Amino acid sequence: MFKYIGEVLHGTYTQLRSLVMVFSHAFRKRDTLQYPEEPVYLPPRYRGRIVLTRDPDGEERCVACNLCAVACPVGCISLQKAETEDGRWYPEFFRINFSRCIFCGLCEEACPTTAIQLTPDFEMGEFQRQDLVYEKEDLLISGPGKNPDYNFYRVAGMAIAGKPKGAAQAEAEPINVKGLLP
Amino acid sequence: MATIHVDGKAYEVDGADNLLHACLSLGLDVPYFCWHPALGSVGACRQCAVKQYQDENDTRGRLVMSCMTPASDKTWISIDDEEAKAFRASVVEWLMINHPHDCPVCEEGGHCHLQDMTVMTGHNQRRYRFTKRTHQNQELGPFIAHEMNRCIACYRCVRYYNDYAGGTDLGVFGAHDNVYFGRVEDGVLESEFAGNLTEVCPTGVFTDKTHSERYTRKWDMQFAPSICHNCSAGCNISPGERYGEIRRVENRFNGDVNHYFLCDRGRFGYGFVNRKDRPRQPVMMLSGMKMGVDAALDQAAALLKGRTVIGIGSPRASLESNHALRELVGAENYYTGIAAQELANLQLICQVLETGPLPTPSMREIEAHDAVFVLGEDLTQTAARLALALRQAVKGKATEIAAAAKIPEWHQAAVQNVAQQARSPLFIASVSETRLDDVATQSVQAAPQDLARLGFAVAHAIDPSAPAVSGLEPEAAALAQRIADALLAGQRPLIVSGASLGSRDVIEAAANIAQALKNREKNASISLVVPEANSMGIAMLVADDQGDKSVDAALQALTSGRGDALLVLENDLYRRAPVAAVDAALAAAKIVIAADHQITETAKKAHLVLPVGSFAESDGTLVSQEGRAQRFFQVFDPSYYDSGNLVREGWRWLHALHATRQNQPVDWTQLDQVTEACAAAHPRLAGIRGAAPKADFRIRGMKLAREPHRYSGRTAMRANINVSEPRQPQDRDSAFAFSMEGYAGSAEDRQQIPFAWSPGWNSPQAWNKFQDEVGGHLRAGDPGVRLIEPTGERNTWFAVNPAFAPEKGQWQAVPLHHLFGSEETSARAAPIQARMPEPYVALNKAEADRLAVNEGARLTLSLDGQTLHLPLRILDDLPLGVIGLPVGLAGIPAVFADARVTDIQEAAQ
Repeated sequence: MFKYIGEVLHGTYTQLRSLVMVFSHAFRKRDTLQYPEEPVYLPPRYRGRIVLTRDPDGEERCVACNLCAVACPVGCISLQKAETEDGRWYPEFFRINFSRCIFCGLCEEACPTTAIQLTPDFEMGEFQRQDLVYEKEDLLISGPGKNPDYNFYRVAGMAIAGKPKGAAQAEAEPINVKGLLP
Repeated sequence: MATIHVDGKAYEVDGADNLLHACLSLGLDVPYFCWHPALGSVGACRQCAVKQYQDENDTRGRLVMSCMTPASDKTWISIDDEEAKAFRASVVEWLMINHPHDCPVCEEGGHCHLQDMTVMTGHNQRRYRFTKRTHQNQELGPFIAHEMNRCIACYRCVRYYNDYAGGTDLGVFGAHDNVYFGRVEDGVLESEFAGNLTEVCPTGVFTDKTHSERYTRKWDMQFAPSICHNCSAGCNISPGERYGEIRRVENRFNGDVNHYFLCDRGRFGYGFVNRKDRPRQPVMMLSGMKMGVDAALDQAAALLKGRTVIGIGSPRASLESNHALRELVGAENYYTGIAAQELANLQLICQVLETGPLPTPSMREIEAHDAVFVLGEDLTQTAARLALALRQAVKGKATEIAAAAKIPEWHQAAVQNVAQQARSPLFIASVSETRLDDVATQSVQAAPQDLARLGFAVAHAIDPSAPAVSGLEPEAAALAQRIADALLAGQRPLIVSGASLGSRDVIEAAANIAQALKNREKNASISLVVPEANSMGIAMLVADDQGDKSVDAALQALTSGRGDALLVLENDLYRRAPVAAVDAALAAAKIVIAADHQITETAKKAHLVLPVGSFAESDGTLVSQEGRAQRFFQVFDPSYYDSGNLVREGWRWLHALHATRQNQPVDWTQLDQVTEACAAAHPRLAGIRGAAPKADFRIRGMKLAREPHRYSGRTAMRANINVSEPRQPQDRDSAFAFSMEGYAGSAEDRQQIPFAWSPGWNSPQAWNKFQDEVGGHLRAGDPGVRLIEPTGERNTWFAVNPAFAPEKGQWQAVPLHHLFGSEETSARAAPIQARMPEPYVALNKAEADRLAVNEGARLTLSLDGQTLHLPLRILDDLPLGVIGLPVGLAGIPAVFADARVTDIQEAAQ
């Protein structure tokens, strides 16, 4: 008998507690943002719109190695290698079809020169799907983005104008093949 | 056979092999660098270490280099042994110490043997903290780029270039970890086979410069099994395409033909496919009006209505296209597009091979012959890959000496040491010095007539029942005897000749030698070189036709009014017949329609040009000089990137035009149908049905993929045109898909392999995985079908020709061929143009002195009434009384073999 009354009282209490909990939300701080009036905070590592960055000297970082394109699971990156007079490789065109991109960040992970980076920006809506196709001029920014000090050509062994053989990091002077020293 | 035990499992292998060869042939992965199936073992890189045990009870074992250890019976080895694995990992780490941080900007990346082996051994972290050795690069010409920092000192390049291909200008300099592979100074690599360095080098020291211009990684290209169209050797190639352009040509392994190597014309001569000035829509040349396919067909049918159409085919077009033209114009109005003299020679060659006494060897078999006589052919310039095969043939002597000393064939350095430059006999008789003379026992230069007489004398010396040559100089008679003795002393003598000199006598002399060898019951062979990729096929196509099928007869038919319209298929008549004759015929023809993939001089004068596909955009069948029918497949669909591109296969245009004219529906919608029709119409060509699998061929229910499964950018590559992706192009004509979807692996046996790839093997070394034995043949059999097997009937002897007797004040013109320049289409590729000689006229030094002219002087001369202005080049070994003209270069007449040259004078400056 007492057990039965206890269960009824307990049931009533839990019902009332639920009601209080539900109605208490009416006085809490709101999680819903009034976007777009209210801007969204995105952490710096958020994976949004893709950019191509420049090295500390202001040159294009992308060397058109094609690793981003091959890493892309949806195949939405295509580019073509070309070479400048001074021996640098660069993309003649660099195209990302953002209507296919899933912002997975594998391209950034694959990039050996930190040229391709994902940024905290997702505001890319367009009325025409065709406008979601970004060419190099749409992607290339003027700064280095993440890894501001990295310059691939200072590490790579390939000579370019202004950086002859042996001038890269941890490189010895070129061998004089015709020298007599052992 | 021998039994070896690898990691406890027993395998049956060929005991004559080394362990590395045996393991790779079994499909086991052992990393290696310096070893190459065609170059043998030297044990330089230490990468292929495995642990060998005394017997099954031995548990300690010792590390051995598998490439230097014979796979003898009851060998116990372990690849997976921890110590062996650690050893291999440290070797690759040490090789990588100086390797630059370069892969993203390296053309080898993605098909790099060094990358593959580094991954295979598991080295992934750099521990070395000190400075890297660097090297200056060299400028090696328009074909090959040099980046010495990437070198791992495996010595493959010099072993290939010097020992295999006979080059002299690439060497190794320096000592210890400074060694440098290059030339003494910057300059063009001289060897005609230098391009193979790009595949032989396991890393990115030597890379394809023509590819780097418009570079694409291997995984991003679309490939198809193709056949080189640049000479009659029939080498198998694997062209790669991206964004509607051919980006490179790489070797495709065919164990019977070219196996691992190509010549530089074949590898770097593809640029004509990408030329901007190619016709890509049907165009009315006068008004410049471009048309659609149906409009062009209606227009062409209207133009040809009620006219007698003369059709001129081409030896650079496929059998299918030529057959479609023959169907369109009728057999009596179909002409081959080959000059009369050349066609006669081709038919003679066909007859010698079909009914003659000796078989023609495949290119691989040539390497197994031990006494060779080359009569009148400068092979390096006319069918270069054969010259490389002959270089291997003369090494047979070295193998023989080594075998006597119990040194296995694969032990390359030891074989070379013990043989001390010993070579099998090779005699070369040609009009001027050839690039094979350095390995020849003796080479001799003479006018074509005298070469033929030498050949007849050799035949007589072999078999006295052959007609004797009277009035031969004693020196020549002695040489003929020496050649005859050498051929008779060989186990497998070979006679090589061909049509390049345009001399019937030379071919007849070669046939006599063949007959003489047969009469002496030698196991001999004869190989006859023909001028163009499909010359042999065309000769077989018209073999049963009545009447003269030469281009001259076709032009005659037009000028005489027998025909009043002309349809030219992939042919530039100005390269086939005298200018005046072509001009007259084109003027006489009311209508001229050209179907070509280049705007040739003939196409410029046509009323309508139909854009046909080059080898990259069409399928078809070619017959090589060996008589091997091989199919080449379309690499890409050009309309995928440019819907205005209306390039179609030649046979498709011609058949559609035929159907339009007849007002009938199109019958041939597939390649197999036209191949079948061609085979049915020409009994000699019946075998072409089996040259490749039909369009319904599937592996595990799948088509075969043209693209590697990593092919990137599929949703972006044409997004600039339209963001909505179209369906991938469908290929009705073949078993290949324009896609990465389909079978691309090495587990299932197949003959037609667009690109070599196997899991973990991205470099050309992946061919290991497709072969019955490494370096042997494809597991599914080598592609192609031999159409010619000799009946062995006894030929009658050909009669000896009279000696060369130049009249005073007259010279005889002889053709001099150039690997770079003499072939029409490759000469339209920019890198080849950079290596082409300027047009010249060649004279012997004594003749030049007599005329008091110096090297480089501008001469005027009269050739059969035609006046030419050319600079003089002095060739010391050119015979007296002949004048050499480079074939196919600008300003050189189309046909001049045997022509008389008079009035040589120095032009007024």
